[in-house]
Amino acid sequence: MFLLHCPHCGELRDEEEFSNAGEAYIPRPAQPEAVDDATWGDYVFMRRNTKGWFWEQWQHTAACRKVFAVKRNTATYEIAGSWTLAEGKALFLADIAKEQAA
Amino acid sequence: MSGTRVPQTSARIDTTRTVKFTFDGRAFTGHPGDTLASALLAHGVRRMARSFKYGRPRGIIGAGAEEPNSLVQMGVGALTTPNVKATQAEMYDGLSARSTSGWPSLDFDLKSVLGQGARFMPAGFYSKTFKWPQKLWPLYETVIRKFAGFGDAPTEPDPEKYDHLHHHVDVLVVGGGACGLLAALQAGRAGLKTLLVDEQNELGGWLLSDPAAQIDGRNSDAYIRSVQATLADMPHVTVLSRTTAFGMYEQNLVQAVELVQDHIAPAQRQAHLPRHRMHKIRAHHVVLATGAIERPLVFGNNDLPGVMTVSAGQTFLVRYGVRVGQRIVICGTSDLAHDCAEVLANAGATVTVADVRHGAVARNSSYTVMAGHGIAEVTGGGEVKGVRLVPLHATRDEVAGTGTHIACDVVLSSGGLSPTVHLFCHDGSRPTWDEAVAAFVVPRTGRKGVACVGAVTGAFELSDALAQTTHAMQQLLVTCGKHESLQAPACIQPQRMAARPMFRLPDGKQEGAGAKAFVDYQNDVSAADIELAVRENYHSIEHVKRYTALGFGTDQGKLSNVNGFVITARALKRPVNEVGTTTYRPAYTPVSLGALAGTMTEELFDPNRYSAIHASHVARGAALEPVGQWQRPWYFAKPGEDLHAAVNRECLAARNGVAVMDASTLGKIQIDGPDAREFLNRIYANAWTQLAVGKCRYGLMLDENGMVMDDGVTACIHPTQFYMTTTTGGAARVLNWLERWHQTEWPELKVWMTSVTDHWSTVALVGPKARAVLAKLCPDIDLSPENFKFMDWRAGTVHGLPTRVFRISFSGEVSYELNVESGYGHALWEAVMAAGAEFNITPYGTETMHVLRAEKGFIIVGQDTDGSMSPMDLDMAWAVGMKKPFSFLGKRSLARSDTARVGRKQLVGLLTDDPAAVLAEGAQIMESATVGASNKMLGHVTSSYHSAFLGRSIAMAVVAGGLQRKEQTLYVHAHGKVTPVKVGGSVFVDVKGDRQNV
Repeated sequence: MFLLHCPHCGELRDEEEFSNAGEAYIPRPAQPEAVDDATWGDYVFMRRNTKGWFWEQWQHTAACRKVFAVKRNTATYEIAGSWTLAEGKALFLADIAKEQAA
Repeated sequence: MSGTRVPQTSARIDTTRTVKFTFDGRAFTGHPGDTLASALLAHGVRRMARSFKYGRPRGIIGAGAEEPNSLVQMGVGALTTPNVKATQAEMYDGLSARSTSGWPSLDFDLKSVLGQGARFMPAGFYSKTFKWPQKLWPLYETVIRKFAGFGDAPTEPDPEKYDHLHHHVDVLVVGGGACGLLAALQAGRAGLKTLLVDEQNELGGWLLSDPAAQIDGRNSDAYIRSVQATLADMPHVTVLSRTTAFGMYEQNLVQAVELVQDHIAPAQRQAHLPRHRMHKIRAHHVVLATGAIERPLVFGNNDLPGVMTVSAGQTFLVRYGVRVGQRIVICGTSDLAHDCAEVLANAGATVTVADVRHGAVARNSSYTVMAGHGIAEVTGGGEVKGVRLVPLHATRDEVAGTGTHIACDVVLSSGGLSPTVHLFCHDGSRPTWDEAVAAFVVPRTGRKGVACVGAVTGAFELSDALAQTTHAMQQLLVTCGKHESLQAPACIQPQRMAARPMFRLPDGKQEGAGAKAFVDYQNDVSAADIELAVRENYHSIEHVKRYTALGFGTDQGKLSNVNGFVITARALKRPVNEVGTTTYRPAYTPVSLGALAGTMTEELFDPNRYSAIHASHVARGAALEPVGQWQRPWYFAKPGEDLHAAVNRECLAARNGVAVMDASTLGKIQIDGPDAREFLNRIYANAWTQLAVGKCRYGLMLDENGMVMDDGVTACIHPTQFYMTTTTGGAARVLNWLERWHQTEWPELKVWMTSVTDHWSTVALVGPKARAVLAKLCPDIDLSPENFKFMDWRAGTVHGLPTRVFRISFSGEVSYELNVESGYGHALWEAVMAAGAEFNITPYGTETMHVLRAEKGFIIVGQDTDGSMSPMDLDMAWAVGMKKPFSFLGKRSLARSDTARVGRKQLVGLLTDDPAAVLAEGAQIMESATVGASNKMLGHVTSSYHSAFLGRSIAMAVVAGGLQRKEQTLYVHAHGKVTPVKVGGSVFVDVKGDRQNV
């Protein structure tokens, strides 16, 4: 069981209070009808599912009910931090840019 | 008889008091402070068990958590506990225990007869032998289970209490031996909030078995007492004894179980205390002072009762005042053998030390040493009678001459110490093989947030261990911003001769040719079994474990694993570190299910929810059905009625007269905000732009894959407020779904969701006479069909209560769903019942609700759908607003090639030729009455009932290409029966839908 920091409540709380809400920052195509089946299928079904550092969403279901972003290592369970979705996005994009450059 | 009680000043037992106990029905006496094992040994009892596979007699071999053999069934009836280790069972007056193996009895075990053919039962015996014929498996299983049995699980509910306690501390110290005590003291003195947990009934660890040790000028006992007293004076330090840390998880979460009352006679246990308590500990720093467990040597017949570890022999004498034998042979690879020989000789035993090291000499004349000797085999039938010693080659693990036989009643062996690395490795880490100490150790530097101190790091000598502890604690204090300078306690380092690491002692024969030499006692794994596994090409240690069963069971290989790893490595001719260890997983020692559950059992595990009207239902004799957590009325039987009779009566009342149902459990979500309507447009497949205040609409909610995930009616209360209903079981999930989409994808929408399920009570008044009943109670709403149409809602007063009346229907009849503030639900229900009495108003439950809706072909999401049904599959394209400007959730997927293809499973109605035949729900549907490989399953029956109104059975089903199969005859297969059915529409009553509009 983790302790997770809710950026909205500002507190480190037990995992029991939260629900995992899957991978974070999956962009929904702005014009779904304009994309082909493969692109849409990727959006609906395909996930990065990384072993290692992973950006995911958690919802503070037993408290403020806000969804926020957590960067967690799926292999070691280490948690790098948690942010509001807006704050986390820039960090996520920077990680992706770094990954693509490598 | 060989064990005996001898006076020892160091003993931690109270010899002034005597307690009575029974083992296998025989009466014995012991003393407070004894364990069951020490008390039995004091009476010379040696045979405690029969072995798992061969039925060989087994005795006590260890003195603590490592014990593999002496598992006992403690207590009787509801309080019985299986597989308690006799070495950990604290004595109390009236204790009753019995052995858990041996069939028909411990003294005559049928398996031991088979065990004579031991060479026919090699590793993998069971999987090699009992493979076929398949139909004999139940027989094999019965016999194997009887043979293999350890203890029995209790058959009655557990009457005792359990609970959980949470701790948040700066430092958690695991283990209360010399190093753990020092670590707790150093952390406590620095002002850190500290928790010390220790497995045993008193602190001290190995110091309790080594009274002569000197720390800071004090002997063991004085040192323990002084540290204990100092810790007790620190309010920020907590010490928990009888508390085993059994698992360490991510972020330094450690779980420990405290045996609060197991050491007290059941009649004396305090009712307000739990039996076991689980501690969930979050620590900034964990200090592992878990010590080490002595490794026995592997030699022929090393499992005979009377063969023990050196540390056990020493512990029973020093701590419990029990000398385990009179003539004792100790075989060892280090000075540990001599430490023990001295104290046993002092207590009057005749001791011979077979020291594998050439050049070893006795410390004094009280015992004899045979240097450079090992044990070839133990002799004796059923228990130790003697031992055959052989000279060993000076460096190689080989026999170097002929042996001598020595008569003895006890054999103690020591292959060195194996650090208790378990907790450190619960995160998947592996210990590393340290050749210098011949042990798998964890780093002296620990890891982030975890300090490792003492023997667990391979620091086996007390002076080294205390110095290493102090160094590690100094680092920890620095991390915590503390500036105290720590001083290691003074400790005399005795002169030690270097150990000679040995594991499997040679007997001069090929492995397997000599007497059986056991590695794992609990699973009857011998050295020969491991070599066989390697020969049969099991080269990974994890595979060797699973093929031989090495390290399984209630002791989890605490004695056996390291010997097994080394023997495997040698058979593979590879370095030990390369072969490595198996995976260490929680729990370190067995934990009761009660402790894991704590107070969260029964209703506290999964709470029941009841509507505000529940008491009325109970008073009217409702049978209840669980729907999610809700307890809903299922049907209301009159005297003499069964389910079917009651449901038939209830259905006819709803169709022909008036009936009433408690619909309060439906999920309800209030959606507020200027963008609420746009939000609904995006969330639901339907269009909401035109829905006026006072109107309701049925909505289909799709996931992004285009599949139906929920449905329900939503009403427009106000241009900026909507009232959504969801399926009873789906309410929480739907709210999460709405919130996630709002927060992650459309945060710009000004909308707010509130769960109001519990805020409203809902009474559904149903049937042709519903309007007449409502008219008696509602003076201020025009109920005329012209002014209050189907799918309208009105605010008004019913029975004097402010009420929202929804004219919606899940039955196809005229129906008013009356919503009042939850607390008024009971009053409203009773008022409706009273007003309806003259119309013979009939309460109904979920079963009738299901029949009524199935007669109308209304789906239940999750029963008629399974996450793979699109609106088109359900023939509900009318509920999809394809022209909406925003591409609502799931819309794009409806055009995907797979979703749009022909031949998908579609919802249809089925009618049996025989009107009395009710199909089985879940039954498979085929094109042919015969079963064959070419006959494909087309789908299955989703809903099936007898309809009293129609006087026949009806069924809904999903069938491949079903909508194109109208009028076809298909065959439903279930329970060996084949029923022909005609495919049709899924609406069976009032296809045009006139009745609900009346």
